[in-house]
Amino acid sequence: MMKYFNPFVLPFVLGTLVLLGICVFKYIRWYMAFDRVQRSKVKKNILSWKFLPAIWEAVLECLFHRKVFRRNLVLGYMHSSIAFGWFLLILVGAIEAEVCIQGSKPFWVAIFYRFFVHEHPTAVSVVFANIMDALLLIVLSGVLLAVIKMVYSKIVGMRRVTKHVLFDRFAKFSLWFIFPLRLLAESYTAAYYGNGGFMTQALGNLFTPIYHEYVEIALWTMYSICLAVFFVSMPFSRYMHIFTEPFLIFFRRMGVTEGDEPTGFTKYELSACSRCGICIDNCPMDKQLGVQGVQSVYLLRDIRYKRGTEEVANQCLMCQRCSSDCPVGLDLMTVRRQVRTKESNIDAYGNYSYTDNIQAFNSVGRVVYFGGCMSHLTPGITEAMMKIFDAVDQKYWYMDKDRTICCGRPLLQQGFLKQAKDLRLKNQSMIIKSKAKLLVTSCPICYQSFTKEYNLPIKVMHHTEYINELIKSGRLKLRKDDLKVVYHDPCELGRGCGIYDEPREVLKSVSNLVKAKDEKEKSICCGFNLGSTVLTMEQQTKVRDAAVESLMYKNPDLIATACPMCKKAFNHATTLQVKDIAEVVAENIIDNGQLTMNN
Amino acid sequence: MKKIAIIGAGPAGIESASILAKDNEVLLFEKSTAVLSNIIDKAYLFPDFSSASEIADKLNSKLINDNITLMLNKEVVDIVKNDSEWKVVDKDGKNYFVSAVLITTGYQIFDARRKEELGYGIYKGVVTSIDMERMIRYNQVVNSINETPKRVVFLQCVGSRDEKSGNRYCSKLCCVTAVKQAIEVRKLLPEAEIYIFYMDLRMWGQHFEELYRESQEKYDIRFVRGRISEASSTFDRKIQIKAEDTLLGVPMKMTADLLVLMVGMEASCGTKDLGVKCGIGGEYGFVKTATPHLCDNETTEQGLFVAGSCKRPMTINDVINDARSAACVISDYLK
Repeated sequence: MMKYFNPFVLPFVLGTLVLLGICVFKYIRWYMAFDRVQRSKVKKNILSWKFLPAIWEAVLECLFHRKVFRRNLVLGYMHSSIAFGWFLLILVGAIEAEVCIQGSKPFWVAIFYRFFVHEHPTAVSVVFANIMDALLLIVLSGVLLAVIKMVYSKIVGMRRVTKHVLFDRFAKFSLWFIFPLRLLAESYTAAYYGNGGFMTQALGNLFTPIYHEYVEIALWTMYSICLAVFFVSMPFSRYMHIFTEPFLIFFRRMGVTEGDEPTGFTKYELSACSRCGICIDNCPMDKQLGVQGVQSVYLLRDIRYKRGTEEVANQCLMCQRCSSDCPVGLDLMTVRRQVRTKESNIDAYGNYSYTDNIQAFNSVGRVVYFGGCMSHLTPGITEAMMKIFDAVDQKYWYMDKDRTICCGRPLLQQGFLKQAKDLRLKNQSMIIKSKAKLLVTSCPICYQSFTKEYNLPIKVMHHTEYINELIKSGRLKLRKDDLKVVYHDPCELGRGCGIYDEPREVLKSVSNLVKAKDEKEKSICCGFNLGSTVLTMEQQTKVRDAAVESLMYKNPDLIATACPMCKKAFNHATTLQVKDIAEVVAENIIDNGQLTMNN
Repeated sequence: MKKIAIIGAGPAGIESASILAKDNEVLLFEKSTAVLSNIIDKAYLFPDFSSASEIADKLNSKLINDNITLMLNKEVVDIVKNDSEWKVVDKDGKNYFVSAVLITTGYQIFDARRKEELGYGIYKGVVTSIDMERMIRYNQVVNSINETPKRVVFLQCVGSRDEKSGNRYCSKLCCVTAVKQAIEVRKLLPEAEIYIFYMDLRMWGQHFEELYRESQEKYDIRFVRGRISEASSTFDRKIQIKAEDTLLGVPMKMTADLLVLMVGMEASCGTKDLGVKCGIGGEYGFVKTATPHLCDNETTEQGLFVAGSCKRPMTINDVINDARSAACVISDYLK
């Protein structure tokens, strides 16, 4: 055993123990802070088939960084060359030690292998030495890219990089130094013993004339200290994401989700954020408004370090653009909402006694139609829906025609959880009592609420889905004209609920659909998302104008959208016609009655 | 004789043309096929209920002048400074060289369909103040099913003082117009209930305040301070409105036969377009004058003048006064 000991390994050994100790302590404590629902999900699914895809996902995301590669090849290479490269260095190093050293040995031998093993007993070990050199070269290339990125981020396709706190920068530099120091130490040893691979030996040969034992020990000591510094700072810096992301992937696969209040799971999410800053570039707050320091990366950091966050949390459109970009797939909107949470006992605003008089309507065989508060401000949409229901002879109950109860989501977005819940319960009981089998809504905000925040026993459809089904089943006959129409993806319907194709299919069947510059996940918010609380009108219109510009890309004749909010926003921005899909469809209905009369 | 180009044959263009034509040759360009298109459909003008058509006729007769060349259906697409002269380019690409240019391209009304929550263009019972003027003129104040309305509701500030529609300014003349129209409706429909929903009533002109008082005392017009947030249709095709009475502090619902939207004034397309092309574009697309007090007809460009509601919302009397002052300033400039 003493054969493989030198005092310089102590920092590394201690650092490793501290790292593991802190991580185990934190992970257990966070898990203990899961709420009842979250914990029951884990217990139920911990030994199920859901584990297998989680392993594959963890490999794809944590090692290969698939989503980062998708974003930008160079950025993907930078991340995975360091992460996956280092992982391989450790793995191959361990195998090398296992293969080349007989008998028992301490675990640090693999890390300081060249220092302890000076000869190449077999050809295999020569191969190992060269493989290790190649891996180190890959990691070094990643570090070089990271250094270049710091001054010229365009090389990895990023407009802006995260402004890190001092401690993160300290951790980052300690990480960067590990690999050049390893190269130097290994080369220096190779200079005397000739045990290096192609790179360390070549460099070592240059050192041969100046070799001195003390220098060798000093270099290895520095390497060991650097490792220790990084390990000890890791649990407190952004590099905690390295270990946390796999945990998060497993929990997510087990069905654990964020709740209204922060729990231990939120801690996992906060620590899984690598602060890569990918969320910054396309954030309308930054890109269109130049407001910095409020993006998800900063919010999560501030929450984690318990800095003042409410102001940052409010500076957001909740357009979910960052959620769709996040390589870790964090639930950024819910985390932000948790910070927005206000006191729940504001009675004046939570007085819903008026809803007591609103009663359900027996709707057996009918569709329940929920226009939504915003659709009441765009009556063109609700009128068009009435026309469509009539055209297909579908009886309906217009649930919120006269006495409106909000779906609750706007309150939820602002952090009024209790009030939102009251409204949800009222609507929910009315919907259940109506005995209908299908709920159709015209508002993506309500749609997201009904599908995600309610627990409804009946099917819920946005009207674009419903119309699409009517067209496919042949119930609704439409004429197609060659009007050039561009479709704007509303945040709540697209990024929020993943509905991208149905609206496009509907539009294709009535018009000539053209592309916008930024589409689907990349669509720009109309600027008037209900999630924004503190943005000024000027700011909102700036975002809106950027969205319109993107929509004008192919010079369309008409802007179609599927959200009353977006429609209202665009109506004031352009002389072009702005219509909801329901209106475009209603105008193109081939009336069966007319057909038979003509015949 | 010097040549002057005047762009826009509304009250401002015609009035200034008639004065300038005494000593100069005036080329009067008009985009549409008729002059005075903004007055033509009006019934009576506040504050004295004089007939709009009479005033239009009198203005029209001023065009009978050998020194005025009226060119209808001739849109001006560009105005370029050419040494001491100005080059005016029409839509057919023809150039006219003149010593001075007067822009009188005026306003257009706010498109009420942009405030979709008020239901204009969707429900027949929702009309604009312009539609109302026509209804009064031809004595056809009816609801969506051609019946005599029992309740008529006017809503002020549609597209004015409204941040969301992008117009923060006050259109200035809607307040008194609503009062005037309400009185006219009362004269036509003695039995009807008439309401005016307002934010503030700005009775700034001579006789306006008296008219407002009279409307309450003599004509039983009811005023409610508050905005209407949305309009919808009832089963019998009436208009249901949701509003807030901000003096009582209560939300309210009301069913009306006719909802009249007092639409504001915006810079016309021609005003916006020429303003930008000549480098005198100002706030909200209106043109900008050199200084607000002493040089309110001049622009930063020598020889380029402006008059009328292309500068800001104005009443007809203000427009005519402004046109006369522009004529005076231009005469001085050409001396």
